[in-house]
Amino acid sequence: MTLLSILGVLSSAIFSGTSLLYTTLGEVIDERAGIVNLGLEGVLLVSASSGFAVTYLSGNPYLGILVSILAGGLMNMILGYLVITRKANQLASGLALMFFGFGLSALIGKSFVGDKIHSLTRFLLPGLKNLPLLYTSLFKFDILIYLVIPVAILVWWLLYRTRWGLGVRAVGENADTAFASGRNPHLIRYQALFVGGMLVGLGAAHLSIAYTMNWTEYMTAGRGFIAVALVIFSKWHPLRAIVGALVFSGAVAFQLLLQSSGVKVSPFLLDTIPYILTLVVLIAWGGNRKHSAPASLGRVYQGSE
Amino acid sequence: MSQPTETVTHFPVFQYKAIQSTVRYLLMILFALLMFGLILLISGKDPIQSYKDIFTSTLGSSYGFSEVIVAMIPMLITALAVALPSRVGLINVGGEGQLYIGAAFATFGALTFSNLPGWFLLPLMVLLGMLGGALWAFIPGYLKSIGLVNETITTLLLNSVAPKIIGFLIFGFWHSPMDTVKTANFVAAAKLPSFFGTRIHLGLIFGLILLIIFWLVMKYTRWGLEMRAIGSNPQAAKRNGLPLSKYLVVIMCIGGAIAGLAGMVQVSGFYGTLFLNFSMSLGFMGFMICWLAGGEPLGIILMSFVVAVITTGGNLLQLTRDLPYAVINILLAFTLFIVLARPSFFKGKTP
Repeated sequence: MTLLSILGVLSSAIFSGTSLLYTTLGEVIDERAGIVNLGLEGVLLVSASSGFAVTYLSGNPYLGILVSILAGGLMNMILGYLVITRKANQLASGLALMFFGFGLSALIGKSFVGDKIHSLTRFLLPGLKNLPLLYTSLFKFDILIYLVIPVAILVWWLLYRTRWGLGVRAVGENADTAFASGRNPHLIRYQALFVGGMLVGLGAAHLSIAYTMNWTEYMTAGRGFIAVALVIFSKWHPLRAIVGALVFSGAVAFQLLLQSSGVKVSPFLLDTIPYILTLVVLIAWGGNRKHSAPASLGRVYQGSE
Repeated sequence: MSQPTETVTHFPVFQYKAIQSTVRYLLMILFALLMFGLILLISGKDPIQSYKDIFTSTLGSSYGFSEVIVAMIPMLITALAVALPSRVGLINVGGEGQLYIGAAFATFGALTFSNLPGWFLLPLMVLLGMLGGALWAFIPGYLKSIGLVNETITTLLLNSVAPKIIGFLIFGFWHSPMDTVKTANFVAAAKLPSFFGTRIHLGLIFGLILLIIFWLVMKYTRWGLEMRAIGSNPQAAKRNGLPLSKYLVVIMCIGGAIAGLAGMVQVSGFYGTLFLNFSMSLGFMGFMICWLAGGEPLGIILMSFVVAVITTGGNLLQLTRDLPYAVINILLAFTLFIVLARPSFFKGKTP
């Protein structure tokens, strides 16, 4: 096991973890406003397929990313209509959104399976130029990877340092109180869902446009559900989400490392490590979990007439 | 303003007469069909011809109808695996994982005891399947009962783990000599008998009997009463001396056992072999169906039938219209959206 192979694994962990972190941040905003979005899988798929399609057709990855972001926001609006305006059950609506995403993304991506695209350029951070070529090739990242930590900080700033964020958190804790203090819970929840959806779209854009650079049906393979778990893991906090995504991708990387170093363990069992690790951490933190969850998460705000 | 305006959502109970609600649901489904037709039109397919295909492949022929019933069987059972825990306030989103583990346990039985006669082997596989599902559900049930982790999140996480265990078992031990992604075909004694020369198998009877038992238990037994008490106010039920945590664990395990049975029924009755990712979201569909049906046995049968018609029709759409199978999920989702949103013009007199 050489340093190079370890760095290689680390690099691939960063690549696969980025979309996960964007998605988790999006879900943090949704859930802070009191809405569980179980349909992340579907949102990711629709964003990934539409972004990929636009990138392929236009040849411009930035246009593709923009479309992904918009698609994510719009997909979340469907959920918003169901759970905010029609007051439907959040878990069931989320799963319905997931099925919708399975179908719609298959339809959008149908004619793009196997196509190649011009992706984002990958570049080194200045200061790393002196490293040997073998190493620099591993640490050339695209702009979305460099932006992910700043975006996490931005989300933290939005939620904890702005009036809008205060409104979102207030609605997530107690929509009645928020209403009594002059806020519009419905509007705020829609806004939070839209912003959250845009972040999920960004994650999807990184997945299909920058990382895998192709489209296959059901390419997200459970990322949406992992993000839902990571939100709880990070206790609904955007900065802790960074840690969560790191731990999860680190576990994935560790598993890749074990495989590459020839340890005779079934790759299927190694694949379960990240999930089991997440579960173990949830259990370890379980005791004080209740105090950090938004109080009216999953509840329907009935309005105040 | 004096009343709290925010309430925890409960599964709604059927409030209307059966016919009225059937008509309402049919209207909603018609609306969904219209919207899906629009999507087909946009993507350059002939919607009317597509619907003709779907109809002839499902309700239009006796073979098609039998296929719908076949598709309905696992949905009935996985929906019940959600309905039962929901009565004590447990949200079991883990049907998918429990189904996989149940299928794995049943497959273990089928492969290990393949020389036993069917009258002994099949009940054994049923028991094994239920045991597997129950064990998989014990983890979230236990963690919930001691107040550590919410069952929604644990069941979701375990859903991702279960198919990988199946992969490990198939690749590592069970794969047939010719094929690495599935087990050898089960011997005849390990397959559930089917009826009338169709693919409808004994699993249908399992599902219906379980639904009847569920209805009887909820309506006429002390357990049903106690479960309702726990479901409406767990803390009050605990103060009145009900063994709350015992109930949570046991009910979750029974729910898991039912989902495990669905897995056993699929591998033994439908496929006759175990392979990777065979479920294709059956567990999640069960969750949807249960929710749409308000957790009521009759509603579960009705909604399973509707969903089965849609998914069975999807197979044909793939063959004749050159569309990916997954596209049928759009029609499914539209149906779900419309039922979830309950548009006002379908509403009747809501309370």
